[in-house]
Amino acid sequence: MRHTISVLVENKFGVLSRVSGLFSGRGYNIESLSVGETIDPSTSVMTIVTTGDDLVVEQITKQLNKLIDVIKVTDYMEVDHVEREMVLIKVAPRKDDRTEVLQLTEIFRGRIVDSGPTTYTIEITGNEDKITAFIELIKPFGIKEFVRTGKVAIAREGVKKK
Amino acid sequence: MKKSGAEILIECMKREGVKHIFGYPGGVVLNIFDTLYDDKEIELILTRHEQGAVHAADGYARASGKVGVALVTSGPGATNTVTGIANASMDSIPMVVFSGQVPTLLIGNDAFQEADIVGITRPCTKHNYLVKDIKDLARVIREAFHIASTGRPGPVLIDLPKDVTAGSTEFIWPEEIKLRGYNPTYQGNKYMINQAAQMIAHAKKPVIMAGGGVVSSGAWKELKELAELAGIPVTMTLMGLGGFPGTHKLSLGMLGMHGTFYANTAVQNADLIIGIGVRFDDRVTGRTNAFAPNAKILQIDIDPTSIKKNIRADLPVVGDVKNVLKDLLKAAKELKGQQWDAVRSSWLKQIESWKRERPLSYQPVENVIKPEFVVEKIYEVTKGEAIICTEVGQNQMWSAQFYKYDYPRRWLSSGGLGTMGYGFPAAIGAQFACPDKVVFDIAGDGSIQMNIQELATAVIHKLPVKVAILNNGYLGMVRQWQELFFRERYSHTELESGNPDFVKVAEAYGAVGLRATKPSEVEPVIRESMKIKNKPVFLDFVVDWKEKVFPMVPAGAAIDEMIFEEMEEKKEKKLKAVK
Repeated sequence: MRHTISVLVENKFGVLSRVSGLFSGRGYNIESLSVGETIDPSTSVMTIVTTGDDLVVEQITKQLNKLIDVIKVTDYMEVDHVEREMVLIKVAPRKDDRTEVLQLTEIFRGRIVDSGPTTYTIEITGNEDKITAFIELIKPFGIKEFVRTGKVAIAREGVKKK
Repeated sequence: MKKSGAEILIECMKREGVKHIFGYPGGVVLNIFDTLYDDKEIELILTRHEQGAVHAADGYARASGKVGVALVTSGPGATNTVTGIANASMDSIPMVVFSGQVPTLLIGNDAFQEADIVGITRPCTKHNYLVKDIKDLARVIREAFHIASTGRPGPVLIDLPKDVTAGSTEFIWPEEIKLRGYNPTYQGNKYMINQAAQMIAHAKKPVIMAGGGVVSSGAWKELKELAELAGIPVTMTLMGLGGFPGTHKLSLGMLGMHGTFYANTAVQNADLIIGIGVRFDDRVTGRTNAFAPNAKILQIDIDPTSIKKNIRADLPVVGDVKNVLKDLLKAAKELKGQQWDAVRSSWLKQIESWKRERPLSYQPVENVIKPEFVVEKIYEVTKGEAIICTEVGQNQMWSAQFYKYDYPRRWLSSGGLGTMGYGFPAAIGAQFACPDKVVFDIAGDGSIQMNIQELATAVIHKLPVKVAILNNGYLGMVRQWQELFFRERYSHTELESGNPDFVKVAEAYGAVGLRATKPSEVEPVIRESMKIKNKPVFLDFVVDWKEKVFPMVPAGAAIDEMIFEEMEEKKEKKLKAVK
């Protein structure tokens, strides 16, 4: 099962390597990881996407909690939440296809953030399904490269635990 | 008042109650050593290797229950501590290690004697620090001692750049510790504890499995009371020895790979396993899916990660073992009308018959010293009151089997990491912690050579530590596996041809060396060693090299699939007949 885990940590040097080292040292997998400061500059949030059966994920969250610099761990599998990811895609469509690429971008509420003589760079934000769908649609036009931010997630307000 | 970093360090240690530091000097810790030079309250014990220093601090901590402290220099000094730190980490031993570091401005430049020790020890410490600003020093030391000694204990490393210990600042002792990410659970959940009492009341064939957590939380009194109240037999893991009296009629001795027949059999037939401060290590469980197949598992541990890591838990209680046992006792006593004795009598009878069926034993041979016999004699002569340290391998298993530990903190053995070379420096640390107790290191001829240089430390400090070398000329445990599972191909396990004369080695260092080559010499030699009060003694016991540790559960087997000595003998006879 795929889990999105949010880890509130002390904003100190070395914390990222404690967290990533925990995963590598125990043979857990990190699919994506994003880190950023929170409203309180002394803390950061790491959003980690990982896979494993229930026992593995239970161990992961417990082991994370055990780290001294970890303040709080939330497994979003158990919480109603919103998640988003951003991706920057550089496409190089044939001249005839350029309009269609623009239209698709429009439909997906993406933006062109850079355009070159033969390329567009598209910014697209959304949940995983949307991003996957867009990439699949745009693939035939010739993707040169893309980069993803990794997921971030936040709990919905006013909704109890699942 | 302004103080130097080194002075702050020493002052903080005093406030933490430190009396002994085990260490080794070097370039970047000179300021600290210079400050220690005039200090009257803290004694630095110079070991002959940094690994020895950390193991000594570990032995000190295990014997006393206090935090062990080591101090080393940067680079190789720091990397030499890694084995000792990993050892303490696996066995949850409270320890603070101070390592020197190159000046902050040079960090990352591959400076002379630079090593990223914080990076290297990250996975084998409970927590570690690099102090970059002298203003953080006092706070970090305070936090380190707190983290090391609370919750599930463990080692903490503090890396001290030279400019931090050389610099100076206003000294402020942080009264309060604020660690928002560190809140161990000490009290068990009341509902769970009541459930646990019910489980115990309903069980017909319960077994308590006591581990290192019983010792580290100081819960032996509560454990004994619970076992006696509810009539539950107790088996111990290697780390749990001494947590319950080994001579008690409810004691099953150790379980697991070299556990007793009756302990393993009881566990496999139990309907309830009460794991107390245990992490269900693979050496204990054998094949996990065949472990205690008919039992419900009740697990009590302060560390939530220990629960459901290796073995299912039907009822977990997270909390300090001592607190949980206190509450559990109360809950069990409230179960009025419970006729514990009547319910348990048939189970306890069954266990008695298993004890009679296959007690721990060995075959004495005329004129050959059996290693088990040596351990038995040490037990007799010391009246079971000594602190026993061990190395790793056969010496460790025989010491676990044939010495009965009635008291906690008298059994010091490298459980999780299995570190050869641990026992002798640990014995030195233990002797510092308990100057009035008899301290033995039961060693092999292989292990003792891994930290033999600490003889100098023991001689200088006039420590009457006794090292009983069960000298079989082999890396015995590995040889045993080669004999049983690798067709007697003794690849690189023979040591005798290169072994020194241990008596002469001892004498060369100014210690005493004694030797026994016949069974009749064993006891006199031990008694002789007991008379020596101001020097370490090496006791070289030339033992039967063929002797193996039994019972034995082969790796990957269920713990009731044991091999016994006579099964091996039969096999050998058969083989000879075929030849």
